[in-house]
Parts: sequence; structure tokens; C-alpha cells
Amino acid sequence: MIDLFHRIAESTPVFDCLKYDFMKRALLAVALGTPMFALLGTMVVSNRMVFFSDVLGHSALTGVAIGVIMGLMDPLWSTLVFAVALAIAVNIFTRTTRAANETVLGVFLATTVALGIVLLSRGGGFAKFSGFLIGDILAVSPRQLTILAVLFAAVLAYWVLALNGLVLVSISQSLARSRGKSAFVIETSFAVLLAVVVTFSIRLVGILMINSLLVLPAAAARNLACNVRSYTLWALALSMFSGFAGLFASYYWGTASGATIVLFSALFYMIAAACGGWWRGQAPARN
Amino acid sequence: MSVIGKTWHAPRVCGNCCTTVEHLGVAFGRNVVLSDVSLRMNCGELIAIVGPNGAGKTTLLKAILGEVPHTGRIAFSIRGAASATPRLGYVPQRLNFDADSPISVSDFIASGISRYPVWLGVSASLRRRCRAALERFSAEHLLKRRLGELSGGELQRVLLAMAMEPVPHILLLDEPITGIDAKGLSVFYQTVCELRRKHDVAVMMITHDLPAIAPHADRMVFLRQSVLAEGKPAEVMANADLLVSLGSNLWTISQFSESVVKREDDHDRPLS
Repeated sequence: MIDLFHRIAESTPVFDCLKYDFMKRALLAVALGTPMFALLGTMVVSNRMVFFSDVLGHSALTGVAIGVIMGLMDPLWSTLVFAVALAIAVNIFTRTTRAANETVLGVFLATTVALGIVLLSRGGGFAKFSGFLIGDILAVSPRQLTILAVLFAAVLAYWVLALNGLVLVSISQSLARSRGKSAFVIETSFAVLLAVVVTFSIRLVGILMINSLLVLPAAAARNLACNVRSYTLWALALSMFSGFAGLFASYYWGTASGATIVLFSALFYMIAAACGGWWRGQAPARN
Repeated sequence: MSVIGKTWHAPRVCGNCCTTVEHLGVAFGRNVVLSDVSLRMNCGELIAIVGPNGAGKTTLLKAILGEVPHTGRIAFSIRGAASATPRLGYVPQRLNFDADSPISVSDFIASGISRYPVWLGVSASLRRRCRAALERFSAEHLLKRRLGELSGGELQRVLLAMAMEPVPHILLLDEPITGIDAKGLSVFYQTVCELRRKHDVAVMMITHDLPAIAPHADRMVFLRQSVLAEGKPAEVMANADLLVSLGSNLWTISQFSESVVKREDDHDRPLS
């Protein structure tokens, strides 16, 4: 599979940068990662979890710090455990307290970021962790690609099994309940899946950019879509196109890939926001 | 609503299911919302739940839905079986969703009645089912519209259509008439009555519009933390003290009681 991909990549003359193995791997990472982000992003936006996913991304700072203190070779696992625990904790906390959701999230965000910075900056050594902030998709390893593929499969499976529940919960939790779907189970499982994907992707696109990759394609797609299917397809298309465009642009411009991809997404968002009304107005003609 | 006759299929509910609520209590922290609520609801019965704001009416429905933890017992029995899981239809009081969400009416209904994930599209057969559900409420033209762009009355019809597909044992309506105009209102009451007659659906309906519900309800329950009065609508409404606590600006009590007594000729004996 990967061999075939390599051969196709090399036979395309326009993208001569693909003669480098790291670019081929990065391209594959984008091909696996962007559709996964697009799918997750649609329901992150619909279920008003944009701030929540931002908190998850930033909590990686504390997760990494815990791993470093524990002397782990790879802080990925401590980050993963921390993010999943945080996702569950936030879900329980917002249900049991009467405080507004975003206030609770703000408190979690502030605490995890501050704790992470304090722990990582002990002895003035924060600079060596700055890679986590912007990530490096060009350094993706074959092992990471395998994990990305597994995660992508998991997200697809979840989308087949649980998407209807997420759609119902985004409209009304009580209504979902009357259909035998527990909002807590659905939201928590989605939050855990999101935590795993976000944590793993931090290495590739960075803490600062991860949420934009989730949110922007879905936000752009909302302007163009009139049902869940077209919403998903638009988000997938915009996310993957921004991913490929951003990757190649970052190679030629010598810029950080994650941020360049996000800039393309932002461009598409602006175009979609400007043209969305007109496009949706054409919908009756298309149907 | 003549369409109902055309699309209605044979009743699918048994005809002898019963919901029993015994000593129900719900508290959020120290705030006691419901205490010692006991009710019995038979199929085909329309019970109107009335009471002032904050009386725990919505919480009662949510407890029956299984959404809020509670003390006491809520039991459903179907055809003599001691405990059973009933099919519930629910129309929420208000929806707090993002009006900009690209969720169409067919997506919404399909996601409630089918396991096939809506992001892969709504199949032709499923779309027919959604359309048939909407036709019962003369709302089939809304199938492709986005949920967020519907008017209050249109949304209400979509919610009812979904709650009635498949036909539930118990239909829980939480102030379902908010946002419906006068004409829609009479159609709504007609529809609900037709539904329960044809299908033996037990209907529990929260409402503030007592004069409108009185002729249709079998029983009225006045709720404020616990059941303060229960009986025929005329009996409950004749209890003026309770009505005053609802706020005199809602209606003129004397006028109101008269209208009820006229409509409920057989049961005009007051509680107090």
C-alpha cells in the first residue's frame, strides 16, 4: 500500500519535492489526518465543543510535563492518559455543577496550561519543548503513520455507529434520551475519541494549530451545506484540499506546515462565508 | 387535519399499558424540585400537567424519560408484564440548538428512527418513512428544509411527527403549543386527540393554556413540587386558590371557570 503510494507520488512530475521520503510520509500523514479531523470537526462544531477541543489540545502541555517528570522516553502515553482523563472529568464536571460550560472550560484551560508551563520551565528549559507548540509533520515516522491509519479507522467506525446519536444530542439531549440514547455516553465517548486523536496529532501539527484544523473546515462547510451529508462531504473536501495545498506551500515557502495548512483552511472559510448565502440559495435548483 | 385518515395504519399499541409513578422525588443538590409525586396513567388517556413556573413539570417528564436521577419508582407495565420498556415519544419545550446547523428535517427524523448513519445520506426507503411521518401532520413539504430555518409552528409539527414515528406507548409533550398560532392550535388539539383515540397512546402534556386543554384532557394534575390537586379538569380548575398562585394575569379566573364548567357539563363538582 505504502509502496504503491510512493510510486504514484514519484510519477507525478509537478510535485518534484516528493522525491524526498519525508515529503511522501508527510503527504500520507496529511491524507490520513485531514479527513479524520474533518469528520471530528463537523460534530465538534455542531455540538458546541470548539472550546472543549481547544482545552484538550492545550492540556497536552501538562501531559507532556508529567511524562518528562516521570522520566518517560516518549511522553505520548502520559499525554494520552492525561487528555482522556481530562475529557471524562470535564464531561462529568459540567453535568454536576451549575456553572456555565465555558466558564468551567476556561478554568480547566488556564489550569492545565499554567501547570504545564510551570513544570516544563523548571530550570529554564522550556525552549526544548517548543516543538510541541508548532509540531512537525515532516518528521512523521512510519510508526506514527500506522497509528494515524488505526485512528482513522477508529473514527470511521465511530462515525458509522454513533453519528446519529451525536446529531440527536446536538439538537436536544432529552429528545435523544427518549430515543434510548444517553447524552452522557455519547458525549463522553466522543470526547475520549477526540482526546486520543488530538493528543496523537500534537506531534504533527502542534498545540497551537490542532484546534484550527478541526474547526475551520467544518465551520466553512456549514456555510455551504444544507444537510448532514453535504456538510460532511464539504468538510472532507476542504480539509483535504487545504492539507495538500498547505503542505506543498510550506515546502516551497520554508514555513511550518501545520500553520500553513491552517491558513489555507482560513482562506476557504472566508470564501465560504462570503459565498455561502448565494450557494445555499441555489439549493432548490440543484435538488 | 384530514391527512391523518389517509396515512394512518392500524394501531400498534396494545391497549392495556399503564404507567405508575410512586413517591417520585427529584433534588438537584439541596434544591428539592419534586417530592412524593404519585400518578397513574393508562393508555389512551390525556393528562394535562399544570402548575406555576418552576413547579417541576418539565423535571417530571425528564424523570419519566430517565434523564434525571430520582427516588421513588416509575414503572411501566404492558399487557400485564410487570416491568417493560415502553416506546416514548417526546416533544421538548424548546430546542437550544444552533440554528445554523446544516441538519435537514429528513436528517433529524432519520437519525431518530434509524441506525443507518445520516452522513452517508438518507436512503430512499428511509426518506419515504420520514415523509410518511411528516404527512400525518401536513408537514411533508419541510423534508428538505434545514431544521434551523423552520418557524416555531413548523418545528413543532416536525417534532410531533418524529415523536409519533414509530407510534409510542407514551407521548410526553412539554408545552408543545408555544409558538403556534390560533389556527394551528385547534388543529394541534384535534390531532393529539385523534392520535390517542386511534392508537391508545397515553399522552402527558404540560401546558399553561388551561381553557384550551380542559375540554380534551381526561384528567388534570396540578403540580407544585408535589401533586396539589388531581381530577377532572373542571374540578381542578374550580380550586381557585391554586389558580391564583399561577398568577392572575394568565387569565381571568371567573371567566375561565365558567367556560370550563360549560364545556364539562358532567363533571362540574368542585374540589373544595
